[in-house]
Amino acid sequence: MQFWLIQTMNGMAFGSLLFLLASGFSLIFGLMRIVNLTHGAYFLLGAYIGLTVVVRTGSFWLAVAAAGVAVATVGVLIERFLLRRLHGRALPQVLLTLGLAFIIADGVLWVWGGDPRPIPAPPFLSGSFTLAGATFPAYRAFLFLLGLAVALLLWLLQERTRLGAMIRAGVDDQEVARAMGIPVHRIFTLVFALGAFLAALGGILGGPILGAYPGLDGDVLPLALVVVILGGLGSLGGALLGSFIIGFLHNFGQALFPDFAYFTLFLPMVLILAFRPSGLFGRW
Amino acid sequence: MAGRAVGLAAAALALLALPHVLPAYYLNLTTQILHYAVFAMSLDLLVGYAGLTSLGHGSFFGVATYAVALLNGRGITNLLAVGAVALLAATLFAAAFGLLAIRGSALGFLMITLALGQVLWGLAFRWAALTGGDNGLSGIVRPPLPFGISLQSGAGIYYFTLVAFAACWAVLWLVVRSPFGLVLIGIREQPNRMRALGFHVTAYQYAAFVIAGLFAGVSGVLYTYFNTFVHPTTLTITSSAEALLMVIAGGAGTLAGPVAGAALVVFLKNVVSAYLERWVILLGAIYVIIVLFAPGGLASVWRGAAARWFGRGGDVEPEAAEAEATAWVEAGSRPPE
Repeated sequence: MQFWLIQTMNGMAFGSLLFLLASGFSLIFGLMRIVNLTHGAYFLLGAYIGLTVVVRTGSFWLAVAAAGVAVATVGVLIERFLLRRLHGRALPQVLLTLGLAFIIADGVLWVWGGDPRPIPAPPFLSGSFTLAGATFPAYRAFLFLLGLAVALLLWLLQERTRLGAMIRAGVDDQEVARAMGIPVHRIFTLVFALGAFLAALGGILGGPILGAYPGLDGDVLPLALVVVILGGLGSLGGALLGSFIIGFLHNFGQALFPDFAYFTLFLPMVLILAFRPSGLFGRW
Repeated sequence: MAGRAVGLAAAALALLALPHVLPAYYLNLTTQILHYAVFAMSLDLLVGYAGLTSLGHGSFFGVATYAVALLNGRGITNLLAVGAVALLAATLFAAAFGLLAIRGSALGFLMITLALGQVLWGLAFRWAALTGGDNGLSGIVRPPLPFGISLQSGAGIYYFTLVAFAACWAVLWLVVRSPFGLVLIGIREQPNRMRALGFHVTAYQYAAFVIAGLFAGVSGVLYTYFNTFVHPTTLTITSSAEALLMVIAGGAGTLAGPVAGAALVVFLKNVVSAYLERWVILLGAIYVIIVLFAPGGLASVWRGAAARWFGRGGDVEPEAAEAEATAWVEAGSRPPE
């Protein structure tokens, strides 16, 4: 029983990390029709920048902020100066983000070296607590709650703010949105920055669980892809549900059949593609 | 046409003479270029002809490499048996993945092929009991051939690869020139019009996907016999991305383009890796540069330069093929405008 409870908590915590990654990915696709393959690299870069800051300053929260802001800046530069030149041409954009993903990942390997590096959890979250007779690691519970909080904030942003209304207008019909005077290009940049920020947050917040290692980007990007294939591209609710399903399955897969950890993702993907190709909440 | 035949004969003679003039290192490099060229041509059938950009083509290449290695580990070395099983495995995987990936959306196709490829990579990496995991599988023996032909020497494996490459080129040439190939080009250019003309677009794309998987399998077999070692790297996204780079760097939609692209990528990878370990950064940078500055591949840059300097267009094969396809389609029945 203890095993199942703890694994469930771990799965939910991992699901939260996936949500940080997949929500931005999904939002960027929904608005800009860009399959941003650099997203895994943002996660990786966030983890390593956070690592450096936490080692230098000892403050985990400063590391989170620094990683988020730095990677969001990288995202803005990429969107503003590279992706925009290929506006509306989906395939060249994907190939560009693929090339940039290689550059960032190998650059990280160059700067930080190839050894896996652990990232310590902030002291007051590094313990555990007891609930209903089972002992849970505090940091994982924190991640789970944080994932829910971010989901709530994103939902409020999208549904209850002026900016959110403009984003939704852009998703629905870009031409009309532009004709109504909505600064679509500025919103593109903003959403891209938000996506990069969330991915970097996932990287550093995931640090105490996953650590920072070369290849982290390649490990998480496919998970995010499976999440959006499952949940439906461009849907926040789909990303949330998909993240928790995949986080849960991946975690149990790793605990029970480590040899086939990735294979546990295959089945839900096949089922969804066979029976509901646009995903649980998809509209495309 | 006569000029082309002479050129082809000259190229064939040069390739046959190569082991007698090239030092061993460069001969090995050429062998690698040839088996990667088969890989790139197979992907080009998707990218350049059927209009499907796959980021998981390494899957079928990798399945074939592991099929060869696993059979070897069980003492089965006969070329025909190993080749047949490996190609069958690659084709079956392509048939299964194609069912999932081809569903009308180009970006969906790209994401699904990428995700499926990563699942396969994860399996090869983690299932160490079968695949050796990160240690890979080594000690693969090159098969004994009849008539006392040996593949042990550099020249032996070169000629073996060359014959296979030539056969693949010939078959793929027939495929892209056949009515089937012309329909694929039509689908790449005008999927909706082709659908309106009554072609089952998805079925054609699916067939192209399976054929491409089969030829990726051929290149996987050649790769494994050359290296006598397999590792999950053959299944990584980097492997698929290298193949895609060969296609777009050389120019999609021709057979010569991917071959030139394979030569460029293999050469760069070897030269760069000899001096520094930053091949992946360079791979990424070439992607960025090509996408931003030379979207038609190096062939288009070359053609543009040739036109500027010599006042003529050089090779006009893709445009001619397109015109041919359009003519063929329009001859059937005219779509209502």
